[in-house]
Amino acid sequence: MARPFFRRRKSCPFSAKDAPRIDYKDVRLLQGFVSERGKIVPSRITAVSAKNQRELAQAIQRARHLGLMPYIVK
Amino acid sequence: MALYEHVFLARQDLAQAQVDALAEAATKIIEDNQGKVVKTETWGLRNLAYRIAKNRKAHYVLLDIDAPAGAVAELERQTNINEDVIRYMTVRVDSHEGGPSVMMRKSDRDRGERGDRGDRGDRRRERGDRDEMGA
Repeated sequence: MARPFFRRRKSCPFSAKDAPRIDYKDVRLLQGFVSERGKIVPSRITAVSAKNQRELAQAIQRARHLGLMPYIVK
Repeated sequence: MALYEHVFLARQDLAQAQVDALAEAATKIIEDNQGKVVKTETWGLRNLAYRIAKNRKAHYVLLDIDAPAGAVAELERQTNINEDVIRYMTVRVDSHEGGPSVMMRKSDRDRGERGDRGDRGDRRRERGDRDEMGA
């Protein structure tokens, strides 16, 4: 049967075997998970697992505190 | 003893020598309290993402510490008083990563891109993901 809205489920980018470690110092990596305005992108869009999303959010918040990442981009 | 990572930001108008002196002072505080500093890393003068205490740039220093909690408390107390340090953060870690941190080896890393996510215009299609479960 044709399933018009079918889309292959993406897997979590941090659960792969050679996945990068989530680290607040790795701004380049974290930058990929915030919107243009600097907001953290929901995991339903990035397919990050719930556990990793919590860790990721923590890392982004730490990076923001240290001035490595913006709280908001105007 | 526990492992910590301590990052502090020094005012932009300090000379590099003064920043090194601050790192030295922090190391001394830790050592006076039965701890030790495993590694000191200076990231240099970096642009801040937003203004902190009227600074647009700051000197970043990272210390990898192995010390009892009291030593870290003392370090944070003294850092708080010091006006040359505009911000600091201490994080407890399970292990110190060997070698330089990502900050130091940034240039030779390939760009980590996030999957095939487009812009927000992509959202409608993403909804299809949920339909898939019902189908």
